Amino acid sequence: MNEIVPVVAMAGISIEFPGVKALDGVDLRLFQGEVHALMGENGAGKSTLIKALTGVYAIDGGTITVMGSDHRFTSPAEAQAAGVSTVYQEVNLCPNLSVEENILLGREPRRRGGISWKEVRRKAREVLGQLQLGHIDPGSVLSSHSIALQQLVAIARAVQVDARVLILDEPTSSLDADEVQQLFAVIRTLRDRGVAILFVSHFLEQVYEISDRMTVLRNGKLVGEYLTRDLPRMALISKMIGKEMDALAELEDAEGRRQSDRTQDAPFMQAEGLGRKGSVRNVTVAIHAGEILGLAGLLGSGRTETARLLFGADRSDQGSLRIGGTVRTLRTPRSAIDRGIAFSSENRKEEGLIGDLSVRDNLVLAMQASKGWLRRIPRATQDQLAEKFIRALDIRPASKDALIRNLSGGNQQKVLLARWLITNPRLLILDEPTRGIDIGAKTQIQKLISTLASDGMSIIFISAELEEVLRLSDRIAVLKDREMVADLANDGVTMEDVMTIIAGTNA
Amino acid sequence: MNALLKHRLTWPVLALVLLLLLNQLFRADFLAVRVQDGHLFGSLIDILRNGAPTILIALGMTLVIASRGIDLSVGAVAAISGAVSCTYIYNSPDPSSFRTAAVAVVIAVAVGLALGLWNGFLVSVVGIQPIIATLVLMTAGRGLAQLVTDGQIISVSNDSYQAIGAGFFLGLPISILIAAVAFGVAGLLTRRTALGTLIEAVGINPVASRLAGLNARNITWTVYVFSGLCAAVAGLMISSNVTAADANNAGLYIEMDAILAVVIGGTSLAGGRYSLVGTLVGALIIQTLTTTVYTLGIPPEVTLVFKALVVIIVCLLQSSKARALLGRRRRPVTEQSEVKVSI
Repeated sequence: MNEIVPVVAMAGISIEFPGVKALDGVDLRLFQGEVHALMGENGAGKSTLIKALTGVYAIDGGTITVMGSDHRFTSPAEAQAAGVSTVYQEVNLCPNLSVEENILLGREPRRRGGISWKEVRRKAREVLGQLQLGHIDPGSVLSSHSIALQQLVAIARAVQVDARVLILDEPTSSLDADEVQQLFAVIRTLRDRGVAILFVSHFLEQVYEISDRMTVLRNGKLVGEYLTRDLPRMALISKMIGKEMDALAELEDAEGRRQSDRTQDAPFMQAEGLGRKGSVRNVTVAIHAGEILGLAGLLGSGRTETARLLFGADRSDQGSLRIGGTVRTLRTPRSAIDRGIAFSSENRKEEGLIGDLSVRDNLVLAMQASKGWLRRIPRATQDQLAEKFIRALDIRPASKDALIRNLSGGNQQKVLLARWLITNPRLLILDEPTRGIDIGAKTQIQKLISTLASDGMSIIFISAELEEVLRLSDRIAVLKDREMVADLANDGVTMEDVMTIIAGTNA
Repeated sequence: MNALLKHRLTWPVLALVLLLLLNQLFRADFLAVRVQDGHLFGSLIDILRNGAPTILIALGMTLVIASRGIDLSVGAVAAISGAVSCTYIYNSPDPSSFRTAAVAVVIAVAVGLALGLWNGFLVSVVGIQPIIATLVLMTAGRGLAQLVTDGQIISVSNDSYQAIGAGFFLGLPISILIAAVAFGVAGLLTRRTALGTLIEAVGINPVASRLAGLNARNITWTVYVFSGLCAAVAGLMISSNVTAADANNAGLYIEMDAILAVVIGGTSLAGGRYSLVGTLVGALIIQTLTTTVYTLGIPPEVTLVFKALVVIIVCLLQSSKARALLGRRRRPVTEQSEVKVSI
């Protein structure tokens, strides 16, 4: 808009992997001083397109023009030299080095053969100052800062080399609302300085808040390029998934189920003032068969810690826990699993996937673990189970022999869900089961949760998206500052109600 | 053909065959196996017989490495095992009977088990890093062995005991039969049951494995016990072969050979997927190398350098990066450390 000539023009980009056409004739234009959102479901080709632009993948067809000249990058370093910098979803920095060292790593100013630390500090201060991040001490160790600040440091590093183009791949997926605003402030500063920004995110609201223009991809093909203000949310979603979304129908599904009140029955699990020093305290909840208990609270309020206590991943040292009426101490995940409790962690990569094993091995892992190593599940049974769940949950690619690390996030999540569904648990604890996955898979998973509860499974549902918690849950436990502060029946509870509890000084 | 080239055992097997052919080139009767006194004789048989302790120890090492660990103490455990059994035989009232030899073997194996339990305890319960935990016994073990033998080389003469390392059964060396049985048992135990997959799961992602309900601690513990057991039996072979216990030199640097064998066999030191057959091939390559050094008449000073060269070549052949350079593949397979991989 400011200039007619785009900073980056990719035209007709095609990339083929063995057996898959990952990108098929995709165009992308980035303009100076503009935030451009790249939209699409998981597997639509967003990451591949970014990697084509940054030189990680070689392109099989098409042209890449950066500032008027043709380029064919063969490494991220070349792309960076041409002014294209990238910040990935996970912070790719050295946590044990200081902020300034991270910002200037590999391009430290030299003086007489050694590093001029004075100059390092000056340059770090300068770039942090430009980004309104002057409050960060350049000499502090990176790991002493929150993930959000580390992300900002990564951006500072990326723009330190006079970047003309900045690519942000899912920068907000582990940030809370305040931190997102902080990030956006930095993005706006950069935009006003004339940097072209490519922004990838699954959060529609954020995309609408920050972006000026968007490009939508589907199945490796270009759907179109739009001005954000001209494209309403529903239209965007249907362009992404390729059909009109029946979101309302999904919603009513959940509503209908929620009518039944199950609190008369004896609860399956009952926690009384459960807690653990330094982790979370005062967790008092009862969960009945067929009930969905939502845990609401800000990031860091103790949602995950609560789940870990109820699963025995951490041992409680306060309060008591009853399962089926009997007092139990859960010492290990194993003892919880033996009592019919399952837990799917929010941290898929670190705490869920066995990356180098196949989808099948990952699927049957929990069941095999509870059977013990001696009673191996016969291969034929494993195959049957894998095929059944691949079909039931629409896992793609539909191959039980694929290594799970090669699947996209949403499909990995489905495999992990299936891992627990196979064990037929009585209580399923889901920590952020829909984070970082596309809207199609998200609806599928929400629907599945409803169905499971209707079939009598108890579910504890944790999500940073309050809307989602409100829509799905029968009861809502609210956490604040690592303490449980409220337990509400979900009849007409609104987001404001929960927010008030979280914001309240003495709830 | 392409699938064959990509198979992870192709390159090690090729290296082994080349090494054997190289020997044949220099000694025309190298590959010949003849029958003498009802036993099989020949260089190939020697390779198997002398390689048996390495094969056995590498077998235990494979599972330890698959679980993301390492066991540096195997050489010391082998020395202790030999020291204990020889000292028992030496001091017994009836040093040449079968019964004495049998008791000596049982004691040595029990000691190996106990040492494996110790290593496993340090790693899985106390949580010490494997390389440090087993370094303890690697250093202290030689001292223990010397305490047992009182600093002497204990020579024994017991035909039953000598049979373990030097005897023949049905024309084959008993040591290689023992190694073969151990291999078969380990193969069945890990692949017919779920143990192998569970070890791999723990090796690839211990945190996720625990949350999936695996008893990671017991699995880790088990592999160290098994490694101790293998090392003890290997120690019996070594001392039996020379009919003496040498606390200082028995099984010296065998842990390095075993680790090399595992790596050459295609099991990553980072843990996870392992191949027992690969380890077997790797151990045979290493033993063949030692034999080759003698066949070619390479001066002893450069023996280790020669060994190192071959190992480097084999490892380069296995590295996908090096192969990509060789084959000038257009799009190298980049290992991305990211969650999202679009398909």
